[in-house]
Amino acid sequence: MLSQKTKDTLLGPLNVNNPVVVQILGICSALAVTVQLKPALVMGIAVTIIVAMSNVIVSLIRKSIPMRVRIIVQLVVVAALVTLVSEILKAFAYDVAMQLSVYLGLIITNCILMGRLEAFAMTNNAWDSFLDGLGNGFGYALVLVIVAVVRELLGAGQLLGFQVIPESFYAAGYENNGMMLMPAMALILVGCIIWAHRAINDKEGK
Amino acid sequence: MEHAISLLVRSIFSDNMIFAYFLGMCSYLAVSKNVKTSAGLGVAVTFVLLVTLPVNYLLQTQVLEPLHLEYLSFILFIAVIAAIVQIVEMVVEKFSPSLYASLGIFLPLIAVNCAIMGGSLFMQQRIGLPAVDAKAITNFGDAVCYALGSGLGWFLAIVCLAGIREKMEYNDVPKPLQGLGITFITVGLMAMAFMCFSGLEF
Repeated sequence: MLSQKTKDTLLGPLNVNNPVVVQILGICSALAVTVQLKPALVMGIAVTIIVAMSNVIVSLIRKSIPMRVRIIVQLVVVAALVTLVSEILKAFAYDVAMQLSVYLGLIITNCILMGRLEAFAMTNNAWDSFLDGLGNGFGYALVLVIVAVVRELLGAGQLLGFQVIPESFYAAGYENNGMMLMPAMALILVGCIIWAHRAINDKEGK
Repeated sequence: MEHAISLLVRSIFSDNMIFAYFLGMCSYLAVSKNVKTSAGLGVAVTFVLLVTLPVNYLLQTQVLEPLHLEYLSFILFIAVIAAIVQIVEMVVEKFSPSLYASLGIFLPLIAVNCAIMGGSLFMQQRIGLPAVDAKAITNFGDAVCYALGSGLGWFLAIVCLAGIREKMEYNDVPKPLQGLGITFITVGLMAMAFMCFSGLEF
């Protein structure tokens, strides 16, 4: 159904070209919202929608944007979309919007957005840009979910707010690792993911 | 006055932008290879924070709040930041060519640095706090102190990391971990070290 090129645009960012662990874009929010799985999921979805939409919009108007002011134009497009998403979240998922707090607004300065707009949407047509945005959004969400699952499971014994580790474990002396909830562990976990990702991909490359 | 000083010290150490909130991480990781350039970027970020945050404070309290236009704050803040970075760049180029040369490419890039936008958004959040809260920003002076503290904290963090990375050049790091992986783990350990400031009271 999809040609090889569109398949690459869509699936490449999930693994080989992952925006977080390979291109090192959008680290700030990836680390900050991953204490629990739920905000991480919402953040992943929000970024995916915004990247895809802004890619399409910028790609449609790319021929009429003067080169010298393109950064400002891109910023305004992104800021308008982020304002929309944030208002929608505040209306329908208020508690999650509060948990995400300023990081929702910080999607505007998320480097994934500017990176994709500059590198892809400015030179490609709307459909390809849409797929590229989806792919990169999912790649970003994937890393967020992995980090959040590890942190919530080991730090609080829960997933999505439900108790996963049974009471009998605690009775037998198991304790939650409070360190996992600290900002420092997010950095170390992402470091480990990069380590594993490189080790696996290098082996396949040889 | 006491409150302002406490705000300044807290935002340098316990509420450090990098280690507590991960703001400005992209350029932090990309530009921390040697101490000299990282110090240049640190100065530039501090400077831009010091200019944009008070301006955004005035906009938020004098324009957006009286008119109930808070939902426009994202667009307004980013436009202010982009415009001020542009003006600062032109002023510095005109009056201090030597500083301009040493900051080089970093100045325009600061417009999309999340530390600046994050600082503005955190400040917007803190304006709403009750005055007794240690994190509250109640007047113009507090906003300036918060901006200065956040900038100095960022400067401190990037210079420290650059120092460690310069030393680490000579270490034997496993191959897949080289470069970025080990940098992340180093920052994680530094964040743990900075956690000891979190109980600090002033």
